[in-house]
Amino acid sequence: MEITTGWYLVLGALLFVIGGTGLLIRRNPLVMLMCVELMLNGVNLTFVAFAQRLNDIGGQTVVFFVLVVAAAEVVVGLGLVVAILRRQPGTTADDLSALKG
Amino acid sequence: MVELVWLIPALPLIGFLILLLVGSRIGEPRAGWVATTAAAGSFLAAVVVLAGLLGKDAHSGDRSYELVLFQWLPSGSLKVEAGFLVDPLSITMALFVTGVGALIHLYSIGYMHGDPKYSKFFLYLNLFLFSMLMLVFGNNLVVTFLGWEGVGACSYFLISFWHRRESAATAGKKAFVTNRVGDWGFMVATFAIWSALGTVTYTEIASSPAMSAAAGTAVSLLLFVAAAGKSAQLPLYVWLPDAMEGPTPVSAMVHAATMVTSGVYLLVRMNGLLTDDALLVIAVIGAATALFAALSAVAQHDIKKVLAYSTISQLGFMFLAIGSGAYVAAIFHVITHAFFKALLFLGSGSVIHGMHDEQDMRKMGALRALMPITAGTFIVGWLAIAGVPPFSGFWSKDEILLAAWEQKNIGPLLWFVGLVTALLTAYYMTRQVILVFFGEQRWDEDVHPHESSWTMTLPLCLLAGAAIVGGGINLPLVKEWLVLEHFLEPIFAHPHHFSSGTSTKVVLAVISVVIGVLGITIATLAWLFRRIPTEQLEPEFLENAMYVDSTYARVVSGPGTSSFQKAADFDKGVVDGAVNGVGAAVRKLGQLIQPAQSGYMRNYATGVAIGALMILVVLAWGLLL
Amino acid sequence: MFAPQLLGFVSPSINWWALLPQMILLGAALLILLLSSLAPRRSSTTFATVTTLSAAITAYFVSIGLWYDVEREGASSSIASAFGVDGFSIFFTMLILIALAITALLSHHYLDREGIDPPEFHALLLCSAAGAIVMAAANDLVVMFLGLEALSIAIYVMIAMHSRRSEARESAVKYFVLGAFSSAFLLYGIALTYGATGSTNLVHVREYLDAVVFRDQHMLMAAMGLLLVGLSFKVAAAPFHFWAPDVYQGAPSPVTGWMASIAKAAGFAALLRIFFAAFASHDSDWSPVVAVLAFVTLVVGAVMAILQTDVKRMLAFSSISHAGYVLVAVQSASNDGTAAALFYLFTYTLMVLGTFAVVGAMGSDDDHPLTRYAGLGRSKPLIALSLTALLLAQAGVPTTSGFIAKFQVISAAVSNQSYFLAGAAMVTAVIGAFMYLRIIMTMYVVDDDESGPSPVWHWTTSTVVLGTVIFTMVLGLVPQFLIEFAEQAVPILIRG
Repeated sequence: MEITTGWYLVLGALLFVIGGTGLLIRRNPLVMLMCVELMLNGVNLTFVAFAQRLNDIGGQTVVFFVLVVAAAEVVVGLGLVVAILRRQPGTTADDLSALKG
Repeated sequence: MVELVWLIPALPLIGFLILLLVGSRIGEPRAGWVATTAAAGSFLAAVVVLAGLLGKDAHSGDRSYELVLFQWLPSGSLKVEAGFLVDPLSITMALFVTGVGALIHLYSIGYMHGDPKYSKFFLYLNLFLFSMLMLVFGNNLVVTFLGWEGVGACSYFLISFWHRRESAATAGKKAFVTNRVGDWGFMVATFAIWSALGTVTYTEIASSPAMSAAAGTAVSLLLFVAAAGKSAQLPLYVWLPDAMEGPTPVSAMVHAATMVTSGVYLLVRMNGLLTDDALLVIAVIGAATALFAALSAVAQHDIKKVLAYSTISQLGFMFLAIGSGAYVAAIFHVITHAFFKALLFLGSGSVIHGMHDEQDMRKMGALRALMPITAGTFIVGWLAIAGVPPFSGFWSKDEILLAAWEQKNIGPLLWFVGLVTALLTAYYMTRQVILVFFGEQRWDEDVHPHESSWTMTLPLCLLAGAAIVGGGINLPLVKEWLVLEHFLEPIFAHPHHFSSGTSTKVVLAVISVVIGVLGITIATLAWLFRRIPTEQLEPEFLENAMYVDSTYARVVSGPGTSSFQKAADFDKGVVDGAVNGVGAAVRKLGQLIQPAQSGYMRNYATGVAIGALMILVVLAWGLLL
Repeated sequence: MFAPQLLGFVSPSINWWALLPQMILLGAALLILLLSSLAPRRSSTTFATVTTLSAAITAYFVSIGLWYDVEREGASSSIASAFGVDGFSIFFTMLILIALAITALLSHHYLDREGIDPPEFHALLLCSAAGAIVMAAANDLVVMFLGLEALSIAIYVMIAMHSRRSEARESAVKYFVLGAFSSAFLLYGIALTYGATGSTNLVHVREYLDAVVFRDQHMLMAAMGLLLVGLSFKVAAAPFHFWAPDVYQGAPSPVTGWMASIAKAAGFAALLRIFFAAFASHDSDWSPVVAVLAFVTLVVGAVMAILQTDVKRMLAFSSISHAGYVLVAVQSASNDGTAAALFYLFTYTLMVLGTFAVVGAMGSDDDHPLTRYAGLGRSKPLIALSLTALLLAQAGVPTTSGFIAKFQVISAAVSNQSYFLAGAAMVTAVIGAFMYLRIIMTMYVVDDDESGPSPVWHWTTSTVVLGTVIFTMVLGLVPQFLIEFAEQAVPILIRG
């Protein structure tokens, strides 16, 4: 059976949904960060699949930009998470709910 | 000379600016004199403009002069100018607004003597006068709206002027809340008119082709919502009795003579748009308000509350006139009412002043000997409002009753309601005069009532003069004597003419005089000679204004009720009333969605995800269609 | 340029002049970081503030030059059509630079008071400003995404810099996680746009959609929906607004002002450029969705605001309802509506910065209970009067710029025959007024024995407050020049 672009698109969408669901159901801030990465990688796969189908190099270069942005985000995100965990070890996402209403 | 119109609002504005900059430095009484001079100058300017207007030909359309200052809003197809419109209607309004306003400024110099915020009071008064004149002179709905919001804000500040009193702050909020409902009607009406006619300028609206019947009725009713909020008509009147918390000159100027009549002005200004269906609604609500408020006034003990309900009732008369198509009668009554109601309020202020802030009529009595000028002028006001000829109130009220009689759907019914109201008016005003000035002395030994200073009694005398002869501007029967009617005629799309013959007119007038005298007689028998047991005349039901107010308070807003209590717990400041006043429904809606703001970021992310799904579903649904 | 040509690569022509404003900002950021790391002691706040201010002013003058260029020669685009040089981008560049200068002034006293390192803060501020400009000017979705991330990542750190306060940490994490989450949606939308039209370039997208009778509608619809999600989050439109109150409350006040003004303005710039300019031929598809968002946003903002007791949360919900008004203008999908949105954003930005200037000066950020403002009218009458003017402007009272802005938005909706939405906007304006009124009443209505608060004032704060109040009041009377400015700044997509 031939693997068409559509399969890659579906896989990308699945990765995106899995990442999104993970962010909604996991409490550990680090895992939530990883879930965001998963979503971004799902999008990356989509870009590459489209680039393949359109026979266009543009979609593949976008992936590099996204990787760079993701790296920058992770740097900041890890910094924030570490800053919190250092002060209150074992903090989960649900513990950060003092601001509400 | 008409070109000088800009001077009329400019003078109070200058007064306001002077007081803003140096008001507290120049202090009492100079701040008061600055403000009074500005108001008086404004009145003189209005007289000059009137002279200019009279010098022009009445019928060629010359008596409508627009002074455009600058292009305010050039938004797309909607062009709005900042400009003034001088025509018979606006100058008539301006004359009594500035005239009565100047007298009340003068009166306040004495009345506010010794108040720690003396100069601030005059600052607000001048700002109010400026806003009111913008409302009157604006050449389009948006400029009028500017004045409309301005007078609302000033009214609000002035009601809460003594805001160390809890109730004053609450009353201010109540006024703001109800006025916002009216403002909403004004805004929607403005956009509806623009969307239907493509303009918001009065002269262009007047020359536009008519709207469809449905659209016209909708716009008319929206305008009426706006007017009802400002002019305290059913069911939006709840704020006016509470507004009496403000200093008495404010009650006289803002809540009797000028601001509350701006709803009448608006409807008369837009007379070309009002459809017959809408007019019927206006007439019915006007009559109902007149009757209801008169009933409530019967059993009040507070000297100012009686006058407040009386004001609502008289405003109801004005709307009854509009609803009957008799716009001139409405404006006529606005003017005479401004004279005698300002007189009565200032008189009551003089009494309160002389009695050291006592407002309960049960603790007064026999004051006529101690306060002769106040008593004499108050009696003039009483005769005017009771409809005794030849005092001014008789003429204007008689014209309204005649117009109601001729209303084509339910004329006689409206007339009858008006007549009952007139009876009640004569009754409760007589009761008030007797309780305050006649009978036996009921005040405590340590109170020493005294007559007020000349700055307070001079305005009383001048207003009393106006209340006596004010009817002269529009005397019936002889055509040439209808000065006001001829003067205002050019602004009406469908000038109103009385169809009844002279004999009908005379009969109706005699009936209304008889009814007035009857009311006075009953009250005299009951309250002066004690021939009728008075307990039965003021059942508790009426005293509490038929509980409408407290029902409102329970449902919507107001002091001392359970919902207010909850709000007080919710926020310890004095500002809860405003929040509460938005209505239980809005709060409920807020409390319904507040749990979503839970503080948990995963819930927020779920919100984002659900929102995203909804958007995608809506878009996909659009594809399927 | 030898090396690229050797590889058979032709470098696109670059209009360096048009890129100068953001290059000045980034250069200033580098300069501040470099000099402060070389300095032996803890570097002074004044140096950072002055550098940021001079960068903002210089860049502003460059933008004025650019504006006249565009007026003379017409709009163009640069770097292979990835970067637009039109009235729209310069309008936003100027707005962002004004906000940058104001925020720099406001942070001056705040950083000293709260003990935050000035060089890092200013460098991040400059970076996020540059990101916002890129976002507003980008003609390519990927460039827009980079601008958005530069803006957002810098803001995440700016919030967290006040790390002693647990509220600041919490709001930084919240904003970060949710921001990254929504960026992923935006990026997915970009990917699907790419798949549906064959390019991420908006000029190309527009030409493609205009020319082709489209077969792959589903993918384009999904793309529009996801782009809308990502940008609605940035502008805090309901139901993507939940982060805003919490983050506004926890963030340092100057950063809150910056987020409420510029993050929102840049989000709307991107929204207008993508939907109004590029997806113009599909406005019957997206306009109803935006209308629904606008309605929900208006209602949520107005209704929730009246339940709040914390001033910063009140203003957060108020900024949500402002987003609703701008969305009302956006959904009309017309030139008038877009000009109304631009006018609204400009006036709103200055109002909100002035308001947060007062809020920031009112003391510690741990919480901002309304009661802290009780009696301000007595202790600091001028400040109370200024705050009153700004709040009345936000409420849309006549003779303030806020009235003109709301008026234009509603008239755009009326002329688009969105009567229901126009009516809803008027109702929520009435409801929303109570919240502003409540703050004003708290300042003025106090008992005689109560003395008001006396916050410490720095001249920078007074300057900002005075300037924004004057702007707001003057514009309420003579709005014409800004209206014309906004009308000339409607976005256009040009291949260049």
